[in-house]
Amino acid sequence: MAGYILRRILAFIPLIWAIATITFFLMHAVPGGPFDQEKPLPEATKRNLEARYNLDGSLLEQYGTFLQNLVKGDLGISFNQDRPVTDIVRERLPKTLQLGLCAFVFALVGGLTLGVVSAVNQNRWPDYLGVFVATVGAAVPNFVVGVFLIIFLALKLGWFDVLGWEFGNPRKMVLPTVALGLLPLAFIARITRASMLEVLRQDYIRTARAKGLQEFKIIVRHAIRNALIPVLTVAGPILAGLITGSFVIERFFAVGGIGTAFVDAVMLRDYGMIMGTTLLYAIAIAVVNLLVDVAYGIADPRIRY
Amino acid sequence: MTTQQTRTIPIAGDETILRVRERGLWGQAWDRLLKNRLAVVAGIVLIVLIVVAFGAAVFPGIERYSPSQTAPREAFQGPSWSHFLGTDNLGRDTWARTLEGMRISLQIGIGTQVVVVIVGVLVGAAAALGGRLGDNVMMRIVDIAYAFPDLLAIIILRAILSERNWPIIGSGDPQIPGLSGEVLQVILAISLVGWVTVARLVRGQMLALKEADYVLAARALGASSPRIVFTHMLPNTIGPIIVAVTFGIPLAIYAEAVLAIIGFGLQPPTASLGTLVFDGYTYYRASEWLILVPAGAIATLMLCFTFLGDGLRDALDPRGRR
Repeated sequence: MAGYILRRILAFIPLIWAIATITFFLMHAVPGGPFDQEKPLPEATKRNLEARYNLDGSLLEQYGTFLQNLVKGDLGISFNQDRPVTDIVRERLPKTLQLGLCAFVFALVGGLTLGVVSAVNQNRWPDYLGVFVATVGAAVPNFVVGVFLIIFLALKLGWFDVLGWEFGNPRKMVLPTVALGLLPLAFIARITRASMLEVLRQDYIRTARAKGLQEFKIIVRHAIRNALIPVLTVAGPILAGLITGSFVIERFFAVGGIGTAFVDAVMLRDYGMIMGTTLLYAIAIAVVNLLVDVAYGIADPRIRY
Repeated sequence: MTTQQTRTIPIAGDETILRVRERGLWGQAWDRLLKNRLAVVAGIVLIVLIVVAFGAAVFPGIERYSPSQTAPREAFQGPSWSHFLGTDNLGRDTWARTLEGMRISLQIGIGTQVVVVIVGVLVGAAAALGGRLGDNVMMRIVDIAYAFPDLLAIIILRAILSERNWPIIGSGDPQIPGLSGEVLQVILAISLVGWVTVARLVRGQMLALKEADYVLAARALGASSPRIVFTHMLPNTIGPIIVAVTFGIPLAIYAEAVLAIIGFGLQPPTASLGTLVFDGYTYYRASEWLILVPAGAIATLMLCFTFLGDGLRDALDPRGRR
């Protein structure tokens, strides 16, 4: 196991390098530079600025300097805010992580409950309700959910605030969490229901029933454990998607996280910030996938690395 | 010798099998699709929406107003007989703008999948059939693409492709009637990310089919490689591709809407459904219709395509049915 984890972590290095390189050349291919304005800057000023932010010299020279700094963990300076990128990221990352994790917990708890209740009551009304929520929720985009939540629950009923994110304050947490988490909730509910139905048909469940175990205990102790395995495989991509895919929700609810920082950076050609946020996302995805594979191995003893 | 014997035996004298086969695999799939009520309803709704949205481009009577015609005195109206869905901040008719937006969103959704299928099938088939080196290169590209968040790449690509003076996809007047260069830029940005899924799908299918008994049989009978690929293997990958495309269209519509909402939308006055949501978000305190209508339209399109995709998946893959 330890060897497997080490090998996976070593595989991060070429991956991060590839992503850094692709992003570097892609973002320099975006037309216009960070110091292009309506009113052009004097030539000398522009040269000085470019020297200060390591934008003089050929693209390959810039790439070389960038790689050297990256190895040292230095992502450069944000042109727009004139502060080190790492500082800005450190400031904004918690909000995106909090939002992503809240949505993940919401999706997991809600999806599992819905899926299990549906499967246990197969072809009765709780099942139809669950399948309906799962089918519709899986196809409605998160910003549409956000729109309806804002208009009806925040604006009309005034239960929640329209803008902002504050960890620990339900008025500012519930709407972004639900808007971001509903789609994965539907997805998890679907998978849980299917895998629960599969498990409930197994012989060992019949054995458990035959020896007179309470239905509740059968489901909680025996069925859910095995039904969880397929859910676990999708949990990683879902968590990664929630952390990296919150651009719209961050914007709608003015969360002020990494997603907004990335979008602003692309708008302003803020190269350091683009690089910092992209690498952060890539690392987050790689780490989450690794964690899930490890968790998978623990949950299912049949899997050996 | 033995091959010919085994080929004739199961068919000989067994008319019941023959009669079932008369419908053909596609006919059977069609029958199964028609039995799925949700998919049929979704399909009908989609056809109606597509006919109305694109028909409005030909018959202006459907839109009644020009989508870009402003009337500042009539701003922020609710739905009425003169304006079915009300008006926006400049007095433009929401019904006309929504139809135009739907047209553009559909162009983007469908156009993206056209590019994705062409690129995906070619690359996927080349990887599966082109030897080990090509396959390894392809799989490394797929690895990187999966480590790169889709939306992130689409946003950067969209920025790269904008403000160019290239032919066809440049920012000038449309060179393909009814399809502006800017829409093509969006299509390209999304499909440059989307082809990976189809390529991987086609590669997997082709690798499995390469070892299938009937392909070995065709090879043993002396069929040429192109013949095997095009008449035997490609038709068997079409089912999964159709399903992937049907699910890909709503994803592309969603991606475009995200671009528009975060500020990388089309140049006004052209508006996709995403642009309309973005505009509606700015003014929802004045009139919530402005955001509810386009958001509802996007949700309807995505729901219908997803339901249709579910139905097609069940219909085209009999083995996967419960």
